Order: sequence, then structure tokens, then C-alpha cells
Amino acid sequence: MAEERRQKQCSVILPTESMKAMAESVGVGQLQEESCVAISEEVSYRIKEIAQDALKFMHHGKRRKLTTSDIDNALKLKNVEPLYGFQSQEFIPFRFASGGGRELHFYEEREVDLSDIINTPLPRVPLDVSLKAHWLSIEGVQPAIPENPPPAPKEQQKAESTEPLKVAKPGQEEEAAIQGKSQGATAADGKGKEKGLIRLKPRSTHELSVEQQLYYKEITEACVGSCEAKRAEALQSIATDPGLYQMLPRFSTFISEGVRVNVVQNNLALLIYLMRMVKALMDNPTLYLEKYLHELIPAVVTCIVSKQLCLRPDVDNHWALRDFAARLMAQSCKTFSTTTNNIQSRITKTFTKSWLDDKTQWTTRYGCIAGLAELGPDVIKTLILPRLTVEGARIKAVMEGPVVSNIDKIGADHVQSLLLKHCASVIAKIRPQPDNVEQYRTDYGYLGPMLCSHVMKARTQAALQAQQVNRTTLTITQPRPTLSVSQSGLSGSTGPRTPSIIKVPSSLTLMSPRPGTPSQPSPPATKYIVMATSAGTATTQQVITLSSSQSASPVTSTVPSATSTLQPLVKLESGSGPGLTGSRPLQKYIVVSLPSSASSSLEILPCLVQLKTQGLFGLNVKG
Amino acid sequence: FRAVPDDGGLVDADEDKDIKTEASNDSWGNNNANDGRLLSPSPGSSASAGSNKSAAGASEEQQTLLAVLQFLRKNKLTESVEILRREAGLPEDSLEPKGAESSGAGSGGASGGVDLEGGDASSLLTAGEDQPDVNVVLSAYSQQGDPALYEVYYSGLKRFIESVLDCHRAELSQVFYPLFVHMYLELVYNNHESEAKAFFEKFSGDQECYYEDDLRVLSSLTKKEHMRGNETLLDFRTSKFVLRISRDSYQLLKRHLQERQNNQIWNIIQEHLYIDIFDGMPRSKSQIDAMSGSLAGEAKREANKAKVYYGLLKEPEIELPLDDEDEEAENEEGKPKKKKPKKDSLGSKSKKQDPNAPSQNRIPLPELKDSDKLDKIMYMKEATKRIRLGPDNLPSICFYSFLNAYQGLTAVDFTDDSSLIAGGFADSTVRVWSVTPKKLRKVKSAADLNLIDKESDDVLERIMDEKTASESKILCGHSGPVYGISFSPDRNYLLSSSEDGTVRLWSLQTFTCLVGYKGHNYPVWDTQFSPHGYYFVSGGHDRVARLWATDHYQPLRMFSGHLADVTCTRFHPNSNYVATGSSDRTIRLWDVLNGNCVRIFTGHKGPIHALAFSPNGKFLASGATDGRVLLWDIGHGLMVGELKGHTDTIYSLRFSRDGEILASGSMDNTVRLWDATKAFDDLETDDFTAATGHIHLQDNSQELLLGTYMTKSTPVIHLHFTRRNLLLAAGAYNP
Repeated sequence: MAEERRQKQCSVILPTESMKAMAESVGVGQLQEESCVAISEEVSYRIKEIAQDALKFMHHGKRRKLTTSDIDNALKLKNVEPLYGFQSQEFIPFRFASGGGRELHFYEEREVDLSDIINTPLPRVPLDVSLKAHWLSIEGVQPAIPENPPPAPKEQQKAESTEPLKVAKPGQEEEAAIQGKSQGATAADGKGKEKGLIRLKPRSTHELSVEQQLYYKEITEACVGSCEAKRAEALQSIATDPGLYQMLPRFSTFISEGVRVNVVQNNLALLIYLMRMVKALMDNPTLYLEKYLHELIPAVVTCIVSKQLCLRPDVDNHWALRDFAARLMAQSCKTFSTTTNNIQSRITKTFTKSWLDDKTQWTTRYGCIAGLAELGPDVIKTLILPRLTVEGARIKAVMEGPVVSNIDKIGADHVQSLLLKHCASVIAKIRPQPDNVEQYRTDYGYLGPMLCSHVMKARTQAALQAQQVNRTTLTITQPRPTLSVSQSGLSGSTGPRTPSIIKVPSSLTLMSPRPGTPSQPSPPATKYIVMATSAGTATTQQVITLSSSQSASPVTSTVPSATSTLQPLVKLESGSGPGLTGSRPLQKYIVVSLPSSASSSLEILPCLVQLKTQGLFGLNVKG
Repeated sequence: FRAVPDDGGLVDADEDKDIKTEASNDSWGNNNANDGRLLSPSPGSSASAGSNKSAAGASEEQQTLLAVLQFLRKNKLTESVEILRREAGLPEDSLEPKGAESSGAGSGGASGGVDLEGGDASSLLTAGEDQPDVNVVLSAYSQQGDPALYEVYYSGLKRFIESVLDCHRAELSQVFYPLFVHMYLELVYNNHESEAKAFFEKFSGDQECYYEDDLRVLSSLTKKEHMRGNETLLDFRTSKFVLRISRDSYQLLKRHLQERQNNQIWNIIQEHLYIDIFDGMPRSKSQIDAMSGSLAGEAKREANKAKVYYGLLKEPEIELPLDDEDEEAENEEGKPKKKKPKKDSLGSKSKKQDPNAPSQNRIPLPELKDSDKLDKIMYMKEATKRIRLGPDNLPSICFYSFLNAYQGLTAVDFTDDSSLIAGGFADSTVRVWSVTPKKLRKVKSAADLNLIDKESDDVLERIMDEKTASESKILCGHSGPVYGISFSPDRNYLLSSSEDGTVRLWSLQTFTCLVGYKGHNYPVWDTQFSPHGYYFVSGGHDRVARLWATDHYQPLRMFSGHLADVTCTRFHPNSNYVATGSSDRTIRLWDVLNGNCVRIFTGHKGPIHALAFSPNGKFLASGATDGRVLLWDIGHGLMVGELKGHTDTIYSLRFSRDGEILASGSMDNTVRLWDATKAFDDLETDDFTAATGHIHLQDNSQELLLGTYMTKSTPVIHLHFTRRNLLLAAGAYNP
């Protein structure tokens, strides 16, 4: 292989056409072929020479990336005037053009109006160099603090939980390899041999250091305590701290026990706090919860479907908790459902079963429907829409029949609005216009007329907000398929390029870059929503999703408004299904930067993931 | 304010010690720089020339001297000729016959003179602007063979070597690479471009992977014109490639070539290769691989035979508050008190002179000032509180991250007492931070200083300007990226070396530049203060390492011999030796006293970027772009260990204060700790190994690796053990 590469090195020489083009550009026409060859060989040689010297400067600059200044320095070594004007930090946008049988790569230089430059506001002054100390290791043990990389990377945690037999920790892997080698050599000692043959699954220690115990105590107390500020801080810590891996079992037991006790005592507030802890754990980019789902899922499901969650069911807003927990459930289904554990189908079955039961209370009924609805438009379409008529009849019986109890009535009312909320958007997509009230009544029974009005409202709202969005969007028309995204982090000159986000949509860190000074909490991440628009009728529909997402509220609140972000974007997926997308060659990406709020960027993420699964991104970046 | 330490007497003593080799080097250097400094007899050069008497005698040195004279005369530097001749005690006519011979030898007297001295001076010369006459250097290639037959010759030899007994094959395979290069160059030189290309393509894949970088240079070189001015190539030509081959294998090769009448190859072997023949068992492939990889083959065995005084110097006799004075309160009183009995006991302890240590005044060292003594006492006190490190007791690591450095951090240094950090940046600035609560203050201006009562006790405190107190200071002055940085042991000065070709000395009292040492003319990659202060060493792209004293604007010694950039420089703890690492993939150890190269270590497969001496002075550790750390026994001149684990360039190495732990920091964002005690204890230094230099390394890196600590996308570019054995690391965070 090396041989091939070297041969290639040997033969790389600039094409003579380039020489001709360059000669022409300085006014020398009619360069003879022979001279071209001679010049191109000479030029290639000199360029290689300079590149080699430039590498030297890169090494001494302790960098991995060659910069233009390295080339300048290499030229200076050779007593050649450096090139001026190439100060680009990132990449130099050479453009390609062909025509008349020629191919050219050129650097696009635009004429810049001086007044433009003078009138542009000054960019933010780059931050000054500063020094920060932290403990990389304390007596040989690396402390799990934000300044250090997470002790067990998420990929490893994932691999450990999904394929426990194949995984050895990195260190042990090496060890095993070494042992294999020594075995292959002459006389390996017996111990080494044994270890080499039988690979034992690493025993993970679950002893917590004193600091960790203290941390655990503080955090759990703050999470269920009375001080809201403290709780926010604790949740922030759970959501961002990279060193919680070892404490996960404790946290999951804490939550599961907590839910068990507080459901019996009908302590709504505590249940909400515990669910927020679950949310924070899920948000933590360094944790992989798969191993602890057996404790977390029952707790979450309890909060969704339990008959009674609070002391005064007629007054307290336990519906919000159910909504919130349902969203958590949906999120964990998306993240952790695999063909082996079948979380999603098992959960769906559970919900449907108790929903179908006639004796089920309205509260549980509400929870089941919410849980199902959160799972996505497909689930709504196949499981909820067909039962609308039956459910409508049941609601009608409560609403218009003899007064049974106030609680039932409230329950039925909530179920009704829940159904309307979730079904309207789905129906808006699958049903062709026009919306006829009578038609709806025959199709959906009692709920038909209300659905009809909701659907119509949804449609007009979509059209309205499409315009709004158009005003605020920023369309990128770069020659390269990169989407430039402004970012709020400290990244300075090396702004992230969107393709990397698209490539790794499941990585949360990209969305909220943690600053270099991890002692302070990470600044609120700017939110980005990447969405596709295309020429044609579907545009309006898709844009709805975007505008509604602007109203996203902080996740920390239990009010279910954050749903709006998630759900409409999910609609985008079903609305412009793969078939449709494929037929539309011209799509533009619109990147909208939302004002940074205290919310985490998580809501957007599943959407990105979904888009990715739909193949939208791949398709459009290429196109 | 005095810019430099006050020890004028030292210089004289030093100059007396100067030796002749130095003189020649010095004058070459000056001529290359074309600054005509030689005309005015500068203290350095004239004095060193003056000391020629002391070392005259060896005929080879005579010849060198004559060549120098010849060169001077040729360039009409009659005054210098006269001085040099007189100083060297040569008769007036001694020059004549030699001169005739020399000028007859070739078109350039210069290169003739250079050849006499061997590769060292000539490579230095090629770095200058006036190239030696390339035709002379390359003329060896002019002998013509049939270009078409080269492939036949080479593949014939290849077949032969592949068919010999296994035990000889590995040794003989060493011939391939130099032979390949020289044959290729011969083809290129004789304008057989297409044959050369075909030859390269056919056989370049057979070469060892660690020569890949050189092959890349070669591959781009396809024309005779390119050979002019290509330094790599001139080096290859001027320095003979050294191979170590056992007598049996050599005989085998010789017989084969003579039988086949394969003169082409035989000529190359005779002319361009130096075959170091030894008696005994042929070496194995792994033994050879461990030692090969450098630009010019292995070191000759006799190159590492010179006696090296690697022992430590006796500690100066300072009356210390010893163990019984633990009480902190007594400290202030204890220092000035002279305790006679204690002093004696200490003196008698160190009377047992280490036989391997150089004599105390082998090179003149600056006298200790009162402040230095105080510092030594502090050091001793800290040392008593030092943590004993070991495999079961790993050091804590404190990491200093440079934030917002925008990839511009190029060098870092800590003071010995770990109170200050300095960073060199690509934007030409040097920044100094205080990491203790004590802020950095400037000295007051001259006008304000006049107002101070100079008799007061706290005059040193009074001269500082409180208004300037800050946690960090910026030093501006360089005009290119700062690649090397070093604090003086007394924390009063800071050295920085830069792409602009200068080394600058900064005062940390006034935070201004005191001296700019010019001489390198090309980027200076590294610089370091001697552990005893006053002297410092620098090395750069011009392939020369220079030894300077802070109060001389010209170098005291020039260490030339490396075939490529000197990438890192380090002083031996006893200040008598300097180690330099280079991109020619060798490490050389130089004697400060006479400027001789006393050790050449080969075995790295990439440019060397980090060096560290063990605290006892016996061992040297080196790290390179190949991600390996190699350990060397200085006394025996042997490789004694290989530590594999890093995956990228190693930029820093440091031994713990007692030498038990070796820490390495790398571009791969890790700090690794190695068990140095075990690595050196396991040595099998039997006489045979010592005599032949044939080491057999065990592959025990994993056993020696005590810990790996990942940073968060922060390459580790500097490491430092505090006096209490806390490990400090530094690097720039690259988000």
C-alpha cells in the first residue's frame, strides 16, 4: 500500500495547462509546450520543497493543521517574499471552473468597497489568552470534573450495555493484545496465558469516593428540596457534568424508589421533581442510560398512567406531569429502542391495552393517549385516529349525559382537548382540503366538528407563519455546500461547520459547546433549527413547524409548550415523506438561530435525528 | 540596572579554556554570515584562536588550521591571517606548500579545506548563503555507468541478499537504503531522468517505512539542477552513511560483489558508505531496527567511546537549616547564621567525589550570589517535604490550560520553583504569568528610583512599582513566532527564541528586552538556560547549536554536526554537556568544554522534539514525532529502553525530582507516566553489550506505563515537576 502511495507522490506534477493559464494571466501568450513542461516540473519541485519546510513550522508551532502563516514562514526561509492576503484561518475557498476544455481552480477575489468595510460594525474583540488550572490527576486517579474528558465515553457505555461481551475497556484491550503477543513470543508466564485466553468482562466498581457521596447527597437533596434556584442548579449539574457515570445506579434507584413512594402519597410536586431529574439525566451527553431503563421506565410510565397523582385531582394540574412524562417516554423510546429490547412496541402495547379497557379511569386514559401521541404521527395515525369515533362517543356520554362526577367531567374534557391537539395536525397533513364539517362528523363522530375547526386553524396558521419565517430566515448561498452557522460559544476563529452537525446528529455536544472554563455553567446555547424548504406547495406546511417552534419555552417548566417544537417538526417528516422529497431536486436549507434562552437544545435534536433517518440531509447537501 | 550577571572574571577563565576546533568553526560561521566581524578581532574568536597552543599537536588539527588560514588568505583577510598564524605559533612559510595543495585540489579552496575536516564543517557551510561549489561535492557522481543496468545491478544484489542465510540477511539489508539513494542520485545527476524515475518507482517500496520522509524528498528531486541547493541531498553526499555489519556478513557481500564484477555497486559502497565492521554474531532484525532510522545511518562505535563525566557536581557548600530545624519560626533566623559544624559534616559528605563527575571547575560557573543561596535553602527545605513517588504512589497532575490561544501557543516554561509560567505565542509575543498570589511588578523608573532611600533594609521592596502589579505581563520584541522559551534559574531573566532568527534575553525585573543575540539567521527552534545560569544554548534551522553566555553577544561555542535542523536543546544537570535533538533523527551530546561531539544516539524514526536528562545525570530520555520515548545510558552510550504508547508527537518529557517517574506529554492529548526506576533497573549492562553496543530491548512498555491521562482536546506541550514532586502540565485548549 505504501508503495502505491509513494508512486503517486513521485508522479504528482502540476498540469502544463495551469502554466499556460498563469502565463496568460501575466501577459505571456503562446508559451511553448516544452517550456511549459520544464516550468511545471520546476514549479512542482519548488512547491513540494516549500510544503516540506512549512510542515516544519507546523510541527514547531505544535499544531496539526498547516496554516498559511507556515507557508509564509517557509517562503521567508527561502528568501522569498511571502504571499500577502491569504489570512484565512479556516479554508481557502478555491473555486472550480471548467469550459473550453480547460479546468481551472481559482481563488475568488471580490472587489471590496472600502466604505463597506468602514461602515461595518467592528467584530467582537477576541478574548484574551488566559490561564486556568485544574487537576488532571490526583495521586494517579483522574477526577471526574468538567475540565477532564468523561471517564467512560458514551460510545463505550452504549457498547457495554448493548453488546456486553464484545467490549473490553481500552486499557484492557491493549493488555489483551500485549498478552497475545507475549504468548506468541516464547515463554509467557502462566498468568498472562490464562488472561489471554479467557477474556473476562471488566468488573465495574461501584464504590463512590467521599466527594462523590457528598455530591450525590447535595444533588438529590437539592432536586427534591424546596429551593427552586438550587434545584435548577442541581439539574443543570446533572445535565452537563461528565463524571456522573459511576453514580448512575444510585440516581436511577433514587428516582424509582421516589416515584414508588410519592405515587402512594399522591405528592405531585415531588413526582414532577423526579421526572425533571430523569430529563436532566437524559440530557447529559456523557451518559447512556440503557442499563438503567428497567428502573426508569416503570417510574416514568407510572407518572403517565397512574390513576391518581395528586391529592386534589379536580384542582391540581397533574395533566402537565402526564404530558411531561409522556414526552420523556417518547424520547427514551427514540433513543434506546432496539430490536432486542423492543421498548417502543412494548410501551405501545401497554398503553393501548389499558386504553381499550372500558373500566379505565379518565386520568389513565388521558395518560395512555398522551403517551401514544408523543410517539409520533405514525402512531397517531395508526392507533389513535381509528379510535376517535369510539372515544368521541365516550366523551359525549360524560359531557352530555347525566352528571356523574365532576372529576370524570374534567377528565373527559382534558382527553378531548388532548385528542384535538394531537390529531388536528396529523389530519391536516393526511386529509386533502377542503375541510367539510359533515364529512368530519361521519368520519370521526362526536369529535368531528371540533376537529374540523382545529384542522382549519392549523392550516391557516401554517400559511401565516410561513411568511413570518421568510422574513427572519437567512438563506445560505455559498458555493460550497456548507452552512455557516454563527455560534455563541468560545470557538473563536474555528466556527463549527454545519456538515459536522449533520454527520453526527446524535451528539449533543455539538449543539451546545461547552466553554473552556468549565467552572461556570455553560452559557445558554443558541438554538438552531435546520429545516428544509422547497419550491412548491409543500413549503407552507413545513414552515409552520418552524414558527411554532419559536415559541418553545424552557424545558424546565412542566407546561407542555415545548411539545410544539417537537411535534410539528415530526410532522415535517411525514408530510414530506421520502417519496416526495426524492422528487424535489431543489431544496434549500434554512438555518434559523433562535435567541438563546435558558432552554437546552434538546428538543431540536430528535428532529435532526429524524431528518437524518429520512435521508433528507444527505440528499440535500449533495444537491 | 545591569543587564547581565556580574562576573567578568569568568569570561577570561573561559577563554583560556577555549580550544582550537572552536576557532575554526567560529570563523567559518562568521564568514558565512558575511558580516565581516572577523576583521575586528572580537574577544571570542581572537581569544579562542589564542588558545590554540594548548591543543596544537594533532596533525589533523594542524591541517584544519592550515585550511582555515588558506581560506582567510584567499578572501584577503590578511590581518586575520596574521593574527591566527601568530597565535597558532606557525612559521610564516608553513602555509605555502599546504596552500598550493589545497588550491590545486579543486575549484574552491573552501571546500577543499572543509573536506579535511569531514562532514561537520561542510554541512555547516552549506547552510550559509555561499554554497560550496556543488560540482565538487557532486563530482563523485559523474562516473558513468550504463543507466539501464542500474536496475539490473540493484535487483541482482537484492536477489543475492534475499538468498543468503537468515542470520546475515537482516544485516545486509541495511545496504539497500543507502545504495538505493546513491544510485538514484547518480542517475539524476547524469541526467537520466526517466531511468531515475523508473528506478525509484520500482524499488522505493522496498525501503523501510521509517525512511518515508526522506524518500518523499528524493521523489520530488528529478533534475540535476534540483540537486544544487538541496540540503538533504548534500548532507547525504557529504556524510558517509554508517552501517554496522558483522565481519562474516561483510565478507559475504564483498565476495559476492567481486565475483560478479559488480563495480558500480562496489564503488558506491566504497565511496559513500562507511561500514563499521565488528567481530561476533550478526545482529538480528529487531536489533538493527532499534538503532537505524537516522539520516546518516547509525553512529560509529568509536563516536560513543569518549569518556563522559555524567556525574553531578558537588553542591556548593551552603549552611542549611537541617532536619532538626523544622520549626518554621526559626527559618528566618537560621539562614544568615553560619553553623560551622553543620557545614563541615556536609562538606565531608560530598568529599566522596563521584568518579564520574567532572571536576568542579571543569567549566567556569558563576559564583553563587546571596539570593541564589537563599533559593538553594528554599530548595532544600522543599525537598524535605517532597513526596516519594513510585508505581504505587503516582504524582498528582495539575494542568494549566491556555484558553483563547487560538492555536497560537508555541512554547511554555515554568520556573524551577513553579512560581511563574511563560508562554511563547505565534503572534511574536511572550507572556509571563504569576501563578502565586504574588503579582508581577516592574522596577520603578530611573527618576523614581533616585528618590528611594538606598540605605533602607527593604530597598529591594521599595524599588518595585506597585502600580504596575498584575498577574501577567506581555513581552513584545520578536518579529516571528516564539518557538523556545526558558527561565533563568534565578528567575531574573527569560530567554526566548523565535522564527526571526534571534534569541532575546528579557529582564523579569523591568519586563524589557535586554539583549538580542543574533547569529542563527534562521528560525531558532529551541533555547535553554544552563542549570547554573549564565550560559545558555540555542539551536535552530541552520543545523548548529550555539552556546552563549549572557554577557557575550557572540556565541562561545558552536556545535555543528547535525545534518538537519536542531529541534531541541537541553543542558546536562552538571552544565558540562549539552544534548541536542535534530530532524536528522539523531541526538548528539556535546562537551561544553571543547565543543566536541561525545555521543551520537540513533534510533528515532522521526524528528526529535523532546529531551530530558534524569536528575542523576546518568540517563537521557528523548521523544520524537514517531510517538516513542527512547531511553539512553549516557555513560555507556547505549539505548536502554523504548517506551511505546503515544500516538503522536511527544513535545515534552520530564523526570520526577528523584528520577523515579518519567512523564511524557504529547500531541495526542495525553500525559503518560512511566516507571523510570524499573526501566533503568532492568538493564542488562553486561560487558558484551557495553562493548558492542548491541542491545536487545524487551518490549515491556505496557508494564512500565503507570498511567495515561487524557486531556480535553488539549495537546500537552510542557511538563514540570515542582520541588515537591507535583507534576504541572501545560497546553492550549483547542475547542
